[in-house]
Amino acid sequence: MTSVRASLSSRTASLVAVLIALLWTTPTFGLLLSSFRPEDQIKTTGWWTFFSAPALTLENYQEVLFGTSSSSGQLASFLINSVVITVPSVLFPLAFAAFAAYALAWLPFRGRDWIYIGIFALQVVPLQMALVPLLSFFSEGVEVFGLQVLPAWNLEGTGRFVQVWCAHTCFALPLGIFLLHNFMAELPGELMEAARVDGATHGMIFRRIVLPLVAPALATFAIFQFLWVWNDLLVGLIFAGGTAESSPMTVRLAQMAGTRGNEWQRLTAGAFVSVIIPLVVFLSMQRYFVRGLLTGSVKG
Amino acid sequence: MDFDLAAESPKLTQLLIGVVAFLAVVGLVLLLLDRAPMRQKARLHAAILLAPAVVLLAIGLVVPAVRTTLLSFMSGDGSGFVGLDNYVWMFTQLEAVTVLRNTLIWLVLMPVLVTAIGLVYAVIVDRSRFESLAKTLVFLPMAISFVGAGIIWKFVYAYRPEGADQIGLLNQIVVWFGGEPRQWLLDPPLNTLFLIVVMVWIQAGFATVVLSAAIKGIPSDIVEAARLDGAGPAQMFFRVTLPSIRPAVIVVLVTQSIGTLKLFDIVRTMTGGQFDTSVIANEMYNQAFRYGETGKGAALAVFLFVLVTPIVAYQIRTRRALR
Repeated sequence: MTSVRASLSSRTASLVAVLIALLWTTPTFGLLLSSFRPEDQIKTTGWWTFFSAPALTLENYQEVLFGTSSSSGQLASFLINSVVITVPSVLFPLAFAAFAAYALAWLPFRGRDWIYIGIFALQVVPLQMALVPLLSFFSEGVEVFGLQVLPAWNLEGTGRFVQVWCAHTCFALPLGIFLLHNFMAELPGELMEAARVDGATHGMIFRRIVLPLVAPALATFAIFQFLWVWNDLLVGLIFAGGTAESSPMTVRLAQMAGTRGNEWQRLTAGAFVSVIIPLVVFLSMQRYFVRGLLTGSVKG
Repeated sequence: MDFDLAAESPKLTQLLIGVVAFLAVVGLVLLLLDRAPMRQKARLHAAILLAPAVVLLAIGLVVPAVRTTLLSFMSGDGSGFVGLDNYVWMFTQLEAVTVLRNTLIWLVLMPVLVTAIGLVYAVIVDRSRFESLAKTLVFLPMAISFVGAGIIWKFVYAYRPEGADQIGLLNQIVVWFGGEPRQWLLDPPLNTLFLIVVMVWIQAGFATVVLSAAIKGIPSDIVEAARLDGAGPAQMFFRVTLPSIRPAVIVVLVTQSIGTLKLFDIVRTMTGGQFDTSVIANEMYNQAFRYGETGKGAALAVFLFVLVTPIVAYQIRTRRALR
């Protein structure tokens, strides 16, 4: 009796689970299917009519990626920008956070706890609060009481990438240091003590003992940071200048959604181009990503 | 239709410069670290290791936060001191009050909906046959940018006049049931709800994964004991499951609240903040970067800070308690 009821309820549960999963996947599926439909069909009929009158084309992708007219997406160019932005914006915070976390976890010096608490507390500062002054730091340099301490950077064209890297690195550090510190602090101290007795420097301990041991934490943080940077709109919008020379793909897509909101053949294909890389990374690294989530660490 | 790869090469050069700079900095730090003899006080080593992070944090967060606070008491162009004018504007002008109202709606609905859906789904899929696939499918939108998600849902909400073939799924469903198609994103206050749906769609997978892990962490002897005592499914949920995973529920609620407060991309992509859908983060961008009203933008940013602080502080406390 109980087993019948249990199997029945588990079957209902499975059914409901599948239904919700379908419901969740339908919008993305509709977009994907639409992106392969010819322009006139996207604009006149719903994607579900595809099943009665199938027609597929790669033209939308062709146009949105490689079209050179100002109305087309030129997304290939922006895609490269996204890559150029993302690689250093992941590497820098990863390294700097690892350095800082090691110092805060394993070097006994005065004021250590205060620095740690200070960095931790910086997670409170919303990005929005830092935007205007950080931008003027790049465009005007630093002036103290009328004295120019640092010159303006005057970054133009591809130089703007440097601004974006800096901004992403700064904003990622508090969470990164916090995450890696928690992980490093739990390493066995005897290991490092033994290495130190054998005459190893902190550089050697960091490279040969600590880094290999915290590799999973580094991977978690790297995936987080990758998804965050790749998907970011706000930082790109403000620090990259909005042109095809240095803006990430999200900026271009947001522009297209605003000015050409009815050009569905471009929007659907463009959106899918922007989605595919994080999806692949996400699916292949899902195990790490979930582990990272479960340490309760999410960038707000 | 020609894509000029040669024109892209300066970018790749720039990337190369970035990577080389990265290697140089890391190499320098490690070199200094190796050179500093171990007999030296730990302070020197710590200074070398902490320097890059501390300098960047000072330039990127500490100084800007202080300057933004000062800017919020200045006029639009940052020239004159205007006292609390910007804050008065925020709480009295109709446009600004609408923004605050919308943020409040988001802040109340988003975390609750995400947690509720995530919880129900986690309970349903727990030990079902398709558990991992079902969870992955719901989790997938987490990888999609808010801009991408905005476009996906604009397409779902797309509108064609009555009589024409609908291309948006939602209007098609309405038509199938004999209703009239509607412009979902134009009518306040309902349009804010349709925007909230998008964020719920993105975040529900996160809630599911966290809560599902918490449910699996409930000791099986507790579940067994409750079952032997004859607890039904509902009793089981409210008396055993829910109390056991309370910390995880709080983590989800808190992280979602913080994310909601800073939400910007969805609103900007889908409505641009028009039709009374703007929220604080979006309005801050508009004021500071589009209208040149730096003072008002700064005031909104400071207000955001004031709202986020207690939530983050609470999160820190619950995390400490979890350890």
